Amino acid sequence: MKKIILALFVFLSSLTFAATPQVGGTLVFGKSGDATTLDPSHVSDGESFHIATAIYDTLVQFKYGTTELEPALATSWDIADNGLEYVFHLRKGVYFSKTKYFKKKSEFTSADVVFSFKRQFDKKHAFNKIGGAYIYWSAMDMSKIVKDVIAVDKYTVKFLLKRQESPFLANLGMEFASILSNDYAMSLLKKGKTRNLGKKPVGTGPFVFKKWVKDDKFIFLANKNYWDGRPYLNKLIFKVITNNAVRAAELKAGSIHVMDFPNPAEVASLEANSKIKLVKQEGLNVGYLAFNQERKPFDNVLVRRAISHAINTQGIVDSIYEGLGKVATNPIPPTMWSYNKNLKGYDYDIKKAKALLKEAGFPNGFETNIWAMPVARPYNPNGRKVAEAMQADLAKVGIKVKIISYDWGTYLKKAAMGEHDMVLLGWSGDNGDPDNFLNVLLSKHGAMHKPAENKAFWKNDEFTALIDKAKQVTDIKERTALYMKAQVIFEEEAVWKPIAHSLVIVPMLNKVHGFKIDPSSKRRFKEVWIEK
Amino acid sequence: MLSYIIKRLLWAIPTLLGVSLLVFSMVHLIPGDPALMMLGEHASAASIFELKEQMGLNKPIIEQYFSYVANAVQGDFGISLVSGEPVIDEFMERFPATVELAMFAMFFAVIAGLFAGIISAVKRYSIFDYAAMSTALAGVSMPVFWLGLMLIYFFSVELAWLPVSGRLGYEFDIEGPTGLYLIDSLLVSDYDAFWDAAKHLVLPGLALGTIPMAIIARMTRASMIEVMKEEYIRTARAKGCSNMQVIMVHALKNALLPVLTVVGLMVGTLFAGAILTETTFSWPGIGKWLINAVHQRDFPIIQSTTLIIASMFVMVNLIVDVLYAVVNPRIRLS
Repeated sequence: MKKIILALFVFLSSLTFAATPQVGGTLVFGKSGDATTLDPSHVSDGESFHIATAIYDTLVQFKYGTTELEPALATSWDIADNGLEYVFHLRKGVYFSKTKYFKKKSEFTSADVVFSFKRQFDKKHAFNKIGGAYIYWSAMDMSKIVKDVIAVDKYTVKFLLKRQESPFLANLGMEFASILSNDYAMSLLKKGKTRNLGKKPVGTGPFVFKKWVKDDKFIFLANKNYWDGRPYLNKLIFKVITNNAVRAAELKAGSIHVMDFPNPAEVASLEANSKIKLVKQEGLNVGYLAFNQERKPFDNVLVRRAISHAINTQGIVDSIYEGLGKVATNPIPPTMWSYNKNLKGYDYDIKKAKALLKEAGFPNGFETNIWAMPVARPYNPNGRKVAEAMQADLAKVGIKVKIISYDWGTYLKKAAMGEHDMVLLGWSGDNGDPDNFLNVLLSKHGAMHKPAENKAFWKNDEFTALIDKAKQVTDIKERTALYMKAQVIFEEEAVWKPIAHSLVIVPMLNKVHGFKIDPSSKRRFKEVWIEK
Repeated sequence: MLSYIIKRLLWAIPTLLGVSLLVFSMVHLIPGDPALMMLGEHASAASIFELKEQMGLNKPIIEQYFSYVANAVQGDFGISLVSGEPVIDEFMERFPATVELAMFAMFFAVIAGLFAGIISAVKRYSIFDYAAMSTALAGVSMPVFWLGLMLIYFFSVELAWLPVSGRLGYEFDIEGPTGLYLIDSLLVSDYDAFWDAAKHLVLPGLALGTIPMAIIARMTRASMIEVMKEEYIRTARAKGCSNMQVIMVHALKNALLPVLTVVGLMVGTLFAGAILTETTFSWPGIGKWLINAVHQRDFPIIQSTTLIIASMFVMVNLIVDVLYAVVNPRIRLS
């Protein structure tokens, strides 16, 4: 009896033990590529952004594992009624981490915010020409949004905007908006070593940069003075392992704790391994088939609905995404706020499809084309195969499809000019804001001028009015309601046949706890801990 | 001899110019431009144009070529489009890793290849000969990435004898003047790190060395068989030399000549193999870096690195030819 009680006690205490985060240890994360530079304003790739997430902070941040915004280096903010002025109140008593190469005690102030942004757009700024192009700033069209950044006092910063732009706030949570140290930059300028900004970073983030061996590894130490409490880990190592199969082998051997991007074919063997668990979540993306409404017969909503019924997306996801996708019904992914759960999409129903075609005046179908992407993307692993599956599905209702493909650059250019009947494409989200999907891909603004981003060339006034309004109001509830309504119109009009959202899978050892997949594809380790 | 070397060096100029032209045109002919690669499909035409402007890619192609050659001649290999760092700095950071791997692979290839080749030649048509030569044939035909993965699965995952990938365990940190971990760790008497670095070398070294090993083995065998028919071998035997003496002193020395040439040419094979080996084993050298640059269409890196490798290839083969004359005085360099 005693033994049983003792065993029970040990078991229970181990349970509670496992549930409470433990401080200490080194975690090795196997990532699929090296960073290009450690200055996050000059990069656009996830591999480089992972580094920025560890060492830098932003004014606002996404709540861990969601697309919701919360305060970070700014504790609060006021937005002017006209939406053209954002005033941020900064967190006091935050210091940049000291390192071997920057030993000064440097407090985070408004000067750092001004520095971090102004260098990206002010051509006269001392750092504007250093480190190359400001890729993300350009990609997000920030020069058309931001007019100026002004330090009001030590702990207050004002952003002046050129136009109303609610998603602007979400942009500030992205890596390119990381806050770098003005003091450090100026000291580099004095020493003539400005390039070190991209090699030896200084930030306020949860981890402190220690070393980068190119194409090999990054070493970070815990920032024990972090404003949001120290990370559980003592040391964080990012190991660059480019080959997916080798990364999986490292995880199986236990020499790394967490790995990125497993091969789809290998997911099952990882899942079967008793030492390994998988964390899964839909990615912030969507793969779709867009109907070009500038071409007949796709101007007819009945035809679009018929095709939507005729394509078996579940079959496509099962056979081509190899379990790494989830059937999509909406233009935005389910992890994004304002996702309308009530939309059910067009179910696979050949009878309905045939009836609709008959009603539209095409009882025997017609001839058309589908453009197949030549490259694999997260939202569509094989454009050619997806197109072939659709071709077979549509043949069943009498629609004869020709598959067309070009090299990727040409494909994008021609599709933007509207040369397709139907085109396979997709979108990966940037800032977690629905505007980033709905406005860019589906509003009238995106369809009026060629080259166009709205590949359906759908010019719906009602939809566009909702999106425009949502862009101007700053209240999140109100915005949510507007986007929900916009998604209903999208479905009624059958603008696209949404195909899938890719599934992000992160395999890790069982002893790793607290890891959540961020929809914005950040890799955050502050809340992660290792069971001893 | 000196005039020969100078002549050869002068000949290298048109060779390298040819290489530069070839690489430059191929790099610009492959579809996809770096700005599009960096900005992704979201990018507007205007922002692509702006980025290309910043990268200097909107200039006429001829102008781009001439400025590239003119700068390269002065030792300026340009700035990486992606990282913004000078190509030569990035190259030098990774070069020691490749050198260490290639030297290890070559060492293995020469020792194992010579050994197998000699035995096969001496014990011609024996079981050993057939075994060695069929292994060599398999070695030449085996793709490096496949062999690499098999080695990993067998020795690292199943048996757990050797590390899976990388150059050094994360708990070690070696810094030193040469950048070669085996040497740098010994310089500071860090034997644990040395041992760890050595263990990391084994699998990629085997994977990379297999093809050269197989070629050397076949070459040595053929060359030895040829030499063993020579009259001076018969003379040596008649003199009463032991079998071992005949093989090692009289035969091998002469048989080595063609092998030496092959080893020189093998430097090219090693660099080509390094690209695959490094990618498979996450070896932080120039091969992996170069392939990444190709994916990102980082023109300056691709152009300059190929040029540097081509120059090395030319140099190594020049050295081999000079050595050839040293080993065999009958050959006049003229």
